[in-house]
Amino acid sequence: MSLLLQFLFSGLTTGSVYALVGIGFNIVYNSTSILNLAQGEFVVIGGLMMWFFLEGMNLPFATSVALTLTVAATLALLMERLTIKPLLKKGDLLLMIMVTIAVSILIRGLLMFKFAKDPYTYPPFTEGEPLVIYGAVITQQTLWVIGITAFSIVILYLFFNKTMLGRAMKACSLDIKAARLMGINVSNMVMLSFIISGLVGAIGGIAITPISLMEYDKGAMLSVKGFCAAVIGGLGRGRGAVVGGFTLGILESFTAGYIHSGFKDAVALLIMLFILLFRPAGIFGKTETLRLRKF
Amino acid sequence: MNYLGKLLLIILAFLILWTSPSYCKEPYKIGAIFSVTGAASFLGEPEKNTVQMLAEQINKAGGINGHPLEVIIEDSKSDETQAVLAAKKLIEKDKVLAIIGPSTTGESMAVIPIATSAQTPLISAAAGASITQPVKERYWIFKTAQYDTSAVEAIYTYMKKKGIKKVGIITITTSFGDAGRKALLELAPKFGISVVADERYGPKDTDMTTQLVKIKSAGAQAVINWSVGPGQVIVTKNWHALKMGIPLFQSHGWGSKKNIELAGKAAEGVIAPLGRLVVWDKLSDKHPQKALLKKYVTDYEARYKSEPGTFGGHAYDALMIVVAALKNVGPDKKKIRDYIENKIKNWPGTGGIFNMSPIDHCGLDMTAFEMVIVKNGDWEILK
Amino acid sequence: MGKGNILSLLILTLLIIIFPIVIKDTYLHTIGIFAGINALVAIGLTILMGYAGQISLGQAAFYGIGAYISAILSLHFGLPVILSIFLALLVASTAAIILAIPALRLKGHYLAVATLGFGEIIHIMLHEWGPGGPSGFGDIPKMNLFGYTFTSTNDYFYLVWMCVVVIMIFSLNLINSMTGKALQAMHGSEIATQTAGINLTKLKIKVFILSSIYASLAGAMYAHYVTFLSPSSFSLFHSVLFLMMVIIGGISNIWGGIVGALIITILPEVLRGFKEFDILLYGLILTLFLLFMRKGLVPMTIATYKRWIHR
Repeated sequence: MSLLLQFLFSGLTTGSVYALVGIGFNIVYNSTSILNLAQGEFVVIGGLMMWFFLEGMNLPFATSVALTLTVAATLALLMERLTIKPLLKKGDLLLMIMVTIAVSILIRGLLMFKFAKDPYTYPPFTEGEPLVIYGAVITQQTLWVIGITAFSIVILYLFFNKTMLGRAMKACSLDIKAARLMGINVSNMVMLSFIISGLVGAIGGIAITPISLMEYDKGAMLSVKGFCAAVIGGLGRGRGAVVGGFTLGILESFTAGYIHSGFKDAVALLIMLFILLFRPAGIFGKTETLRLRKF
Repeated sequence: MNYLGKLLLIILAFLILWTSPSYCKEPYKIGAIFSVTGAASFLGEPEKNTVQMLAEQINKAGGINGHPLEVIIEDSKSDETQAVLAAKKLIEKDKVLAIIGPSTTGESMAVIPIATSAQTPLISAAAGASITQPVKERYWIFKTAQYDTSAVEAIYTYMKKKGIKKVGIITITTSFGDAGRKALLELAPKFGISVVADERYGPKDTDMTTQLVKIKSAGAQAVINWSVGPGQVIVTKNWHALKMGIPLFQSHGWGSKKNIELAGKAAEGVIAPLGRLVVWDKLSDKHPQKALLKKYVTDYEARYKSEPGTFGGHAYDALMIVVAALKNVGPDKKKIRDYIENKIKNWPGTGGIFNMSPIDHCGLDMTAFEMVIVKNGDWEILK
Repeated sequence: MGKGNILSLLILTLLIIIFPIVIKDTYLHTIGIFAGINALVAIGLTILMGYAGQISLGQAAFYGIGAYISAILSLHFGLPVILSIFLALLVASTAAIILAIPALRLKGHYLAVATLGFGEIIHIMLHEWGPGGPSGFGDIPKMNLFGYTFTSTNDYFYLVWMCVVVIMIFSLNLINSMTGKALQAMHGSEIATQTAGINLTKLKIKVFILSSIYASLAGAMYAHYVTFLSPSSFSLFHSVLFLMMVIIGGISNIWGGIVGALIITILPEVLRGFKEFDILLYGLILTLFLLFMRKGLVPMTIATYKRWIHR
């Protein structure tokens, strides 16, 4: 029993980050139909910048968080304005995917330049003994990660459903023309979607770094796995990414636990391929044809 | 000035130029291939820094028998194809007398056929046994990093002394981890030890509690982790959080203060076989390696504001061995090779005391390591 | 095949023949060999993406399959090199069929991600099951054609680039034939093409297979040239590099594959001085190209030339 629980906890930890990246993917996808393959880089930005402010400049915790999120939001904004907006009109899918890949390499290069290849970490948010539940250990930071992820999900839900701005963004994702007719500035919604997904990624990075450390090149793997999470849950479905992320984390953990730890990484990809080939809409999605939205 | 005066002046100038060191004698060119960037940059960067620092020191002191030392450093970017290109460039374009490096076993293997067919001595800084074995096919190839098998032997010898019979191993899925895993599995029976769990993880994994829990439940009396990079720290933190109650052993890749720093109090009690470079200040003054280790570490830290680590030391040894050869036999590739094979005996380096021979092109064994435990955030040699 | 293409082929052949004679630096010959190997992959990818409009983020997988299968068959099973290569191409095309059949039902991003997933899975398989695992293996037999063993740099240079020429001839013919026109039509509008009675599914499969054959051929050549393989040469990063070659060279013209391959292969040499900046520069160059020069060098050069002669 304790073995199962331990695997579960381990899976929840990694699953949280996958879920956050997946949510970020969905937000951008919903407003633009673009797959932002640079999504994972924002997690790295969150972790490294947090270290920079907290440990490097010895600023207080809250200030560091605020500054880190500001940096992440600014970078997301720059990415959208400089590379996405000019090309979106062309409606060329291939181009957009390539651009996000190019930007991810660029961000990685910048991070390497500033932070080199070393791993960085900072102390957990609260120090103390880990909890023991039925023989399985769960550290306080793990609880923080799961808690922060849950909190973010709730906040996003409220935003998209209860605020005017959020509902405007939702409208864009459902029907561009109608949204425009209602007077919604679509271009601003796109910008906002990038900023929000950048923030979501950064939050994940800030939370996970005390557990797993952070280095400049963790982004690629996170992008791929976070994307798998989004696909499993159904691209574009908010709930889907959450379920997908946690499912993925837990399945990886169980594979390592009960089968063979060497195959852990393949799990994410195999499941994703399986879903793509047999139920492309994912767990929650409806089978709909894919089209690039025209702006 | 009259005619005679001008002539004397010219002769004087000529004499001055002729006798002034380093400006008239041909430089000795050595090539170096390091993984300065890419996945193995934690190896390549200190190696590159070390070689640059040493070359400068040597040249300031007058070079090698008056010849300036020129080390041409190429970055393989931790990629075999680039290592191959670098080796070809150094041999064909720069016409180097010998090559130091590469930093990783994989790259070394890729470069071996090139060095061999170009009959150029290659002194690798990587650990893989296949680099220098079978010796018959490695006539031109040497290495300065200890064998992974030696590190494993050091751990197992210690474990046998302490009566540990069952171990769980957890290794990273890179060539470093893979080589360690093979050695751990192969050598265990020789020490009466059985490996009850064989777990693995990837370089970018964030949590290893699952694997550690499996090891504990398989009845292991100790855990051995074989990796370099953040994986070592994560495993340590997981081990500590789980309160596993059984000792954690690390590979010789553990030897960096940064790891203790990153792992915090979780590192307390972790044991590893480390090159003496890491614990130079704990050695007795009579130890043959102490003086050179002290100088190397203090010089490096003063210049680069970070510790060289044992990996930088492999480059140190490789370069100094070639320099020793050059000093004695001059710029002849075959003679350099012969010198290294036959004359490097009881030769103190950073990695250990080298004893090269026609049947051993590495020259180090398990005595190159000290068993070290982390106590109060610092290293302590275990007796 | 148009006059322009025939002329270009002749010039290319000429350049190939005189290059090792005129340029004495054997190091440049080595770079030329790798450029040629990359060109093979890039040409196939250009046809797939530019003419057939399909996306592949996992081309390194076929490259890797070609390399590993050919190496294993010739080293561990003692098969003649030429047979090993042939069988490797067969395995790669089978993998391509397996991927293509379900992938055809996908469009746009889904296809891109399926190829990315496929690429990563093959990478993991090479890592887990390849000889030597992550450490790789060596002693792969050198290229051997009808009894003649290729040993020198010159040998390989001519071999690789002659392959490129042959592949170019074949590809140019393909593009100008019925199949080729059907390909372009499909890229333009699938519905229209279907209305014209052309079987889309078969076409897509064929193109996937073609690009996989080119890539695996390149991989096999790599294996028998370097004689050492490890999984780290066949990762997502390399798939992205191949994509960059196509983008920079020009997605709509297969000559772009050669140009892009040359540039990407030479780039690390040029950047050798900029050790810490290299990733940054890669990202910057790619981003700038995509923003401002997305047609690619070859189409842009042709367009400029056309404007110039019509002045």
